[in-house]
Amino acid sequence: MFPKHENETVMQNKSTHSLTKGVDTFNEADLIASLKHYLPTQTPLKDFIHHNSLHAFQDMKFYDAIFKSSKIFGHQATLPLCDFRKLYQVGRIDEAILGKVIRERKGEESVLKWKEKVLKHPYDEHNEQRIGKLRAHWKKLFQIDLDNLVQPLLFRLLSNYLDQGVSIWEFPIGNLGFLESIKELEKNSFSSLFRKERAKALLFKKDLSITDLLQIVVGKETYYNQYIFDQQFAHKGWSGMVATIESQPNSLLSTKKISLHDLIILELLFEIDNLDNLLGSNWSALTNHITESPIHLFNDVAEEELYEVLKIWQDSFEWSYYDEILAGIQKLNQLKKLNPVLTEPKEKDSFQALFCIDERECSLRTHLENLEKKAETFGCPGFFGVEFYFQAEHAKFYDKLCPAPVTPKYLIKEFDVSEKRKHDLFYTDKTHQFVTGFLSALTFGFWAGFRLIQNLFKPRMSPAISNAFAHMNEQGKLTIENKSITDIENGLQIGFTIEEMILRVEALLNGIGLTKIFSPIIYVVAHGSSSANNPHHGAHDCGACSGRPGSVNSRVFSSMANHVEVRKSLKQKGIDIPESTQFVGALHDTAADEIEYYDTELLNTENAKSHKIHVQTFENALDLNAKERSRRFASIDTKMDIKKIRKAIKERSVSLFEPRPELGHGTNTLCIVGNRDMTKGIFLDRRAFLNSYDFKSDLEGNFLTGVMKPLGPVCGGINLEYYFSRVDNYKLGAGTKLPHNVVGLIGVANSSDGDLRPGLPWQMIEVHDPLRLLIIVEHFPQVILNSIQSTPEMYEWFINEWVHLISVHPETNELSYFKGGVFIPYQTRAKEIHFFKDVHSLLEDAKEMETNHITHATQENLPVYLYN
Amino acid sequence: MEQLLPIFIFIPLIGFVISFFFSSRNERLISVTAYTMVGIQLSSLIVYTFYWIFQNFPILDLKHLVFYHEENIEIFLDFYFDKTTAAFSILGAFITFLVLVFSKYYLHRDEGYKRFFNTVLLFYFAYNLTVFSGNFETLFIGWEFLGITSFLLVAFYRDRYLPVKNALKTISLYRLGDICLILALWTSHHIWHKNITFVQLDDVQLVAAHINENFYSVLFLISMVITAAAIKSAQFPFSSWLPRAMEGPTTSSAVFYGSLSVHLGVFLLLRTFHYWESILTIKLLVIIIGTSTAIIASLIARVQSTVKTQIAYAAIAQIGLMFIEVAMGWHVLALIHLCGNALLRTYQLLVSPSVLGYMIHDQFFNYSPKVYKITNSLANKLSNSIYTLSIKEWNLDSLLKKTIWNPFKIVGKSLKIFSSAYGITSLIILFLVGLCFFIFEKQIPVMLDKYLHLFYAFIGMIIILIAFAEKKNALYAWLLIILSQSYIVLAIALMNDKYEYMEILIYVASLAAAATIGIVILLRLKKLESTIDLNDFYGHAYLYPKLAFWFLISCLAFVGLPFTPSFIGVDLMFSHIDHDEYLLTFFTSISFLVLELSVLRIYSRLFLGPSKKQTHPIAYRSS
Repeated sequence: MFPKHENETVMQNKSTHSLTKGVDTFNEADLIASLKHYLPTQTPLKDFIHHNSLHAFQDMKFYDAIFKSSKIFGHQATLPLCDFRKLYQVGRIDEAILGKVIRERKGEESVLKWKEKVLKHPYDEHNEQRIGKLRAHWKKLFQIDLDNLVQPLLFRLLSNYLDQGVSIWEFPIGNLGFLESIKELEKNSFSSLFRKERAKALLFKKDLSITDLLQIVVGKETYYNQYIFDQQFAHKGWSGMVATIESQPNSLLSTKKISLHDLIILELLFEIDNLDNLLGSNWSALTNHITESPIHLFNDVAEEELYEVLKIWQDSFEWSYYDEILAGIQKLNQLKKLNPVLTEPKEKDSFQALFCIDERECSLRTHLENLEKKAETFGCPGFFGVEFYFQAEHAKFYDKLCPAPVTPKYLIKEFDVSEKRKHDLFYTDKTHQFVTGFLSALTFGFWAGFRLIQNLFKPRMSPAISNAFAHMNEQGKLTIENKSITDIENGLQIGFTIEEMILRVEALLNGIGLTKIFSPIIYVVAHGSSSANNPHHGAHDCGACSGRPGSVNSRVFSSMANHVEVRKSLKQKGIDIPESTQFVGALHDTAADEIEYYDTELLNTENAKSHKIHVQTFENALDLNAKERSRRFASIDTKMDIKKIRKAIKERSVSLFEPRPELGHGTNTLCIVGNRDMTKGIFLDRRAFLNSYDFKSDLEGNFLTGVMKPLGPVCGGINLEYYFSRVDNYKLGAGTKLPHNVVGLIGVANSSDGDLRPGLPWQMIEVHDPLRLLIIVEHFPQVILNSIQSTPEMYEWFINEWVHLISVHPETNELSYFKGGVFIPYQTRAKEIHFFKDVHSLLEDAKEMETNHITHATQENLPVYLYN
Repeated sequence: MEQLLPIFIFIPLIGFVISFFFSSRNERLISVTAYTMVGIQLSSLIVYTFYWIFQNFPILDLKHLVFYHEENIEIFLDFYFDKTTAAFSILGAFITFLVLVFSKYYLHRDEGYKRFFNTVLLFYFAYNLTVFSGNFETLFIGWEFLGITSFLLVAFYRDRYLPVKNALKTISLYRLGDICLILALWTSHHIWHKNITFVQLDDVQLVAAHINENFYSVLFLISMVITAAAIKSAQFPFSSWLPRAMEGPTTSSAVFYGSLSVHLGVFLLLRTFHYWESILTIKLLVIIIGTSTAIIASLIARVQSTVKTQIAYAAIAQIGLMFIEVAMGWHVLALIHLCGNALLRTYQLLVSPSVLGYMIHDQFFNYSPKVYKITNSLANKLSNSIYTLSIKEWNLDSLLKKTIWNPFKIVGKSLKIFSSAYGITSLIILFLVGLCFFIFEKQIPVMLDKYLHLFYAFIGMIIILIAFAEKKNALYAWLLIILSQSYIVLAIALMNDKYEYMEILIYVASLAAAATIGIVILLRLKKLESTIDLNDFYGHAYLYPKLAFWFLISCLAFVGLPFTPSFIGVDLMFSHIDHDEYLLTFFTSISFLVLELSVLRIYSRLFLGPSKKQTHPIAYRSS
């Protein structure tokens, strides 16, 4: 599970040294490497993998990175000053915490001075970015808007070439590289993409290089890097997509050979062509007309007082919440000490359930535990430690079902599926053609009217809706056990051998500390999400399964853990699972709040009986979960009958008109690694990734490293993508999804001529408070330190403060905070802790948010509550 | 039963007016009112239509509100009901109702929630005014409102560059269509010497007699109507605006550009069919437009790799077929085809975001790699040529730009010397001289009198072109626009001896009010921002939403939108241009065409687009 991607980041950073140092000589390879480093890396939308939007700056400290990037690219780095001040006025930023942060950053003596600055001083927040300055001269000096002239055709060619099935008439030459295809098209056509002869002739010039073209367009070599950065970042959506497809061709089903190099060449050719067209052939290169010296985009950014103020605000905002949760944890532990009954090991004769660490499962687990006191829940990454490709029956491709950086060697195939996939005629491209379009207008047209009424007033599941449960057929069978080592397809071994199974089951159970007490039934609950009319639906599925539902993983893992041979061997290794214990795979649809169980016919009579009872417990917990979620949905009244709420939640997931089928990871802020007992009883408000881990069975921290490694890229990645999409939804997010237009099945853009929009849409992030992730680990500080320092990529996340880290001392319960390479003690502010008895009344007090301004949008974030 | 017709105009109007008073935060009230009003309209229409069917499909006509009356000019609202109206009005109510219910949830918490519902209701009012119209005047009022609501909805996301740019593109063409209608109206006044109603056009013999008498005038009138229809329905060669207009929320694109608005061209053809059914040339023209559109739009649709643009071109192609059906006289087929197409495209647009999930899933199971073969055959070469052309949308966009808009800009730019304090002063002096001529008209020589008004109309036209090209100073542009208007009024006054002061007063007073508000706002903005040039889009609406709103109102008042008195003024101006004054008509219509574009250009450049103050998240220019 090595975060390969991060490895690349570090390497690329070294290769861009010449650029970041501001050396003026031009080297094509360096330039392209550097561009790829800074461009967005979102893959085509069929897979959605959350990542740090500013991954390119991850080798710097968080604050240095965000302010530098904002100065270069012009995006916002934090919430605006006025929003912080409003949050302070409404009490969401704590006064004492603010004081503490100032004291720590500026020293006791300047508290008053800085408080004044932070609260009142007016600052000019105007942010003049570095990018785009050079190319703006075309407009200033020649009144030529090159972007307007070049981009529409360029985007069209790119999207038609890369198109995965929208256009009816495919790009005539798709088997050659992008530039070669354009050449071939130009050669064999009476009409041309160019207006004038020169650019067309250049296209066919042998060994045409970017430098040749830059000589014509830009002139002086010292400006080349700046010019290309300006040009490519004028449409970073497309450039990023091209760069990503170049490095991961398999992110497309219908693969294409495209490169950033080809894109730059073609764009420069179009620029020459348009300049020729407007200025005649007598124009000379841009830099002959300007006197400004080139800007080194990546030079250091000067410190500004405003940055200091924003840092203070951001810290205070974060710690106002963190402090509350930490105080809650300490309080809970004190209570447990006073009342040892709470911590005594109970009999786990009801059931145990494994969930994904995803913070959307956090609430369901809490409700389950409350409804069934004898039940126990665990959290681990939702692929359950089994990594493989999955091929659904009749599918032409494989789905990767494990974290993105992992490359599996195994293949699981589905067979014996009787159900046929249903089609929806409204999506056929026949309706867009001449004659068939005429016929369909006369027939389907009227049917469309009825369909629309049905969709509006009685929404239900249809083939056009992404259905999490359809990922794998419930009745189908899977090739889980490898028959022979030679059973290989396309280089992948079909199924796992017994040894491989043992290894995986053992690692998972050890990792979460489930090694001693086993209930008769252990549910392995994966998650996925159904949603209608949502191009970003992949972002709601399981991140640990490369943005897909984890149903196959849960089934595969359960089957492995139920295997007689595996059990035998585990027993020898000290994990003695009683014969009567059975693992049951399941899938939780986080949008519809429904659960499907797999292979229940294999349960023994006793377990089958209790399974029926447990299903009811799960149903009741899902009801409560739906109720908890409904707090943030204006269209659902929290005080309604709970079954009605559940129905309304289900309808949301199949409603075409609902741009928020669920709120995804919105509000995520915490990641808790430790025994469930550490937080059991705290109302976490669906804000915490919960990773089960038992320090007692791992005093050396051998497993801890494995547990900690993915937290940065996975949870930190999710958290930072939400952070940046929230603080600047225009430049780092995708904007509102209402006008989005699906482009070539690979992305979304606004309108017909717009650039692709990577990042998260507004509807996903509006309820999110942009706070960094706080990772709380229950272990000795030194062990944690050893573990995070084991690889530089992992350490970077912590030392550069992209995530916060707190250690909870297992013996003393003392908290210490990781800063500057060491753990320093942390004192929570003694503060009133809220208690509650009745979960219903806690959930019902939600008010509808007035606007989506931050002070309203996240006012429903509940303070930390303890069950009493 | 025709007495009931105005109800169908009033219900949407009341809906619009009510929705204006809600707080923008009260989503429920806004949306429920909106779809309730449209729902009431839908059910009353259905009841009404059944009763009407029961009465055996009578053609209904009601002369309603007289705006203005003098000797041989009468401007009045007239309502009409027949099969076409029935089909269009029920279709419109049905789609609008469903889409409003859809939008209730879809737009939840969008910043422009109220703005969206206001605009859609205004659109719906205009739509009904158009389909119920019984004469060209009523139709024209509806038509103009449709244009302006389109502008507002395309530019719904006004803090981004592309929506604003494309809104201007859309309104430019719509404006061209409006001018065509004004010209048709003008011709019609002179052919009939009165305001003709559509009922009168149903009288075959009467129409035939008039066609014989004024063949070329009628030919001109009909060509203008057909051009207006072709523009509204994005027919060849005006197709390229439609896919670019899909900038608003998916739901508004579905109502406007998937279904209702874009099919109104067909409505116009159906409504005027009796006027041109006997003229073969016109029929051929319609068939040629329809056929070429159907072919070219189908080809372009085939190479679209984005979902919404593909639906747009597919819809255009089908409308091309409807043009043919109308010309062939297959009106029932055309109506069925139209309803089916409108419903289909609405649905397809509404579900367009789910295409990604559905098609990827489909590919997952049914993909077979394409086999490419490269040959040098002629067939291959031809097919590649067509592919390349289709990707470039047959150069329609640049063709329109080159042939229609660039000449204006070139003339304007070449005379930009007048766009200065000196230039404006000299133009004012020249205007005062003209005013003297007008006051002492009796004393000026006949020779001079004959050409004087032409001279002033010509200068008026030139001035507006200068304003259109002005980039440095919004205030100069605004002053030039005012001057241009004054010149036009003066020219018409000089030409027409039967002029009544009352008319001048109506028009000039409303113009003056709008002009003054505009000047005040511009001066205020200049004080706040120090520069008010028009080199870029400045997005000041972000900081000064109130200034933006009032400037828009003054712009609309200035160009004579129907809710302002200057609308009647425009209409009167044209009715006062004599039949043989072709040059004056030409100058005046160009002026009116460029006038609206110039004021909206000032509005857009100053108030719309990404704000230049980077203190908050700002959209990229390419989005």
